[in-house]
Amino acid sequence: MTRREGDARPARPPWMLVLPGLVGLAFLVLPLLGLLWRAPWSTLGTRLAEPQVLEALRLSLVTATAATALCMFFGVPLAWLLARVRFRGVRVVRALVTVPLVLPPVVGGVALLLALGRRGIVGRWLDDAFGVTLPFTTAGVVLAETFVAMPFLVISVEGALRAADLRYEEAAATLGASRWTVFRRVTLPLVAPGVAAGAVLCWARALGEFGATITFAGNFPGRTQTMPLAVYLALENDPQAAIVLSLVLLAVSVVVLAALRGRWTGTP
Amino acid sequence: MTAPENAEGLDARLVVRRAAFDLDLALRAAPGEVVALLGPNGAGKTTALRALAGLVATAGGHLRVDGADLAALPAERRGIGMVFQDYLLFPHLSALDNVAFGLRCRGGRRGAARREAARWLERVGLADHAGSRPRALSGGQAQRVALARALAVRPRLLLLDEPLSALDAHTRLEIRAALRRHLAGFDGAAVLVTHDPLDAMVLADRLVVLEGGRVVQEGPPAEVARRPRTGYVARLVGLNLYRGTAAGSVVTFPDGPPMGIAGSLEGEVFLAFSPASVALYRTRPDGSPRNLWRAAVGGVERQGDRVRVLLEAPGRTVAADVTAAAVADLGLVEGSEVWAAVKATEVQVYPA
Repeated sequence: MTRREGDARPARPPWMLVLPGLVGLAFLVLPLLGLLWRAPWSTLGTRLAEPQVLEALRLSLVTATAATALCMFFGVPLAWLLARVRFRGVRVVRALVTVPLVLPPVVGGVALLLALGRRGIVGRWLDDAFGVTLPFTTAGVVLAETFVAMPFLVISVEGALRAADLRYEEAAATLGASRWTVFRRVTLPLVAPGVAAGAVLCWARALGEFGATITFAGNFPGRTQTMPLAVYLALENDPQAAIVLSLVLLAVSVVVLAALRGRWTGTP
Repeated sequence: MTAPENAEGLDARLVVRRAAFDLDLALRAAPGEVVALLGPNGAGKTTALRALAGLVATAGGHLRVDGADLAALPAERRGIGMVFQDYLLFPHLSALDNVAFGLRCRGGRRGAARREAARWLERVGLADHAGSRPRALSGGQAQRVALARALAVRPRLLLLDEPLSALDAHTRLEIRAALRRHLAGFDGAAVLVTHDPLDAMVLADRLVVLEGGRVVQEGPPAEVARRPRTGYVARLVGLNLYRGTAAGSVVTFPDGPPMGIAGSLEGEVFLAFSPASVALYRTRPDGSPRNLWRAAVGGVERQGDRVRVLLEAPGRTVAADVTAAAVADLGLVEGSEVWAAVKATEVQVYPA
């Protein structure tokens, strides 16, 4: 910013806004600094290479990626329905989709247990008919993460679909494209940045999932113990390990933020 | 319905209900004919085009192209080509893939579709730009790709929505000429929407003028230009137009003095004359002009190398074109008084 001569200087910002603002900033940043401060930098390498850490990391990456894939497979069509099809109760459906955003994840886990648990409405049938049990399995972790993360993808993709220029789809129709072809060859490529942003958010949310996972899938190392669960457990008997695991998650968050480059926060 | 008498080309009647107006338009175009829909903003031109393409639901009427009834079909099954106002080339596809898009949708194999698309790009002179993304193309190039994309699927009806409006005046002339050549090479019917009379005159074989969703005038461009039937068309082609009653060589008006004409006519007539045939004088002239009014100058505005003067004569507004020198000589400013004369021989009169 260059200031031309003669421009009035903006008045000094009032301390009643500056002071609480700075306190808020400190509150957000200090814990992260503390994490970096207390990190056992000298033994970081060896601690990261410990089998439990690697196991939790591997499980987290696999389940978060699988959950993201599920979210995309079901979430993109759901977003398309919400954005493009006029039907009664569309607002109710949209509200339902966003419920997991505001629902405490623990409640989500309980709800998943009631629906997909061995005695659950769907779970009992799955058990009887196919012998499939989901709770306390790696698949259960994926489902818990999908439940919590899907709204991020749906909202992001729906926004992109609403912002997309419908006339491209009309142009495709005049060229003989069916609605499915239009979606596949025109709509999806046009909203690809929105889908990518949604997928990254979705993945980050799945990676950090704790409440629904521990409730629905439990905490079995190598099977359902993801990074956040490992952090929580380590805090009781090995705080140093907890810090190391936290650092890894922090690094992942920073990378995600960089990948989104302000797409989520709205700043360029 | 009995078989249509004219099975070839376009035969349509479009009825579309809109909040602002109802469109009710009968439209025909023979194979090889270019019909221009001309009209002010909001007249329903684009709505008519979108209804033909199947992008807007019609409330009635019919639509036949080469005898095939298309009214009940969705856009993707009508086989009607459309060039959109800002071309709407798919930004994620190359020029070649844009042109190949429709061919692929019609079940063409990728390789065959691309070879066919390449031939179309060559035909519009863009073989070198096959790999370019739309954003790398100039407006004129994008328009030619859009035209190739629409023509590649060999439609029997081609629709063009303001095909030149996105171009700057500089390139417009050249691209208009090229578009005219391509349209001449197209053997199906074509309907073109424009609000630019010059585009319509150059590109179309026939003009259909729409106002408020209805056809107000229709005919060959020269005929429409010479004998406008509404104020909109008259302004478009730059003529003064009045409606009156003729009795012999005199036309009377509900308000304003009568005017003398060269021929002899009876009944309701339109009377048109060019602003260039209006002569202005500071004092009352002697001599022959029978149509002489005292008028106040309502406005003076420069238009290219001439000056358009708006005159408030009793009962009518008259546009006159004079040179800049005349403006100075006559001391023409807003509010000044002049004498305006039009020779009877300069006045076109035709039945209303």
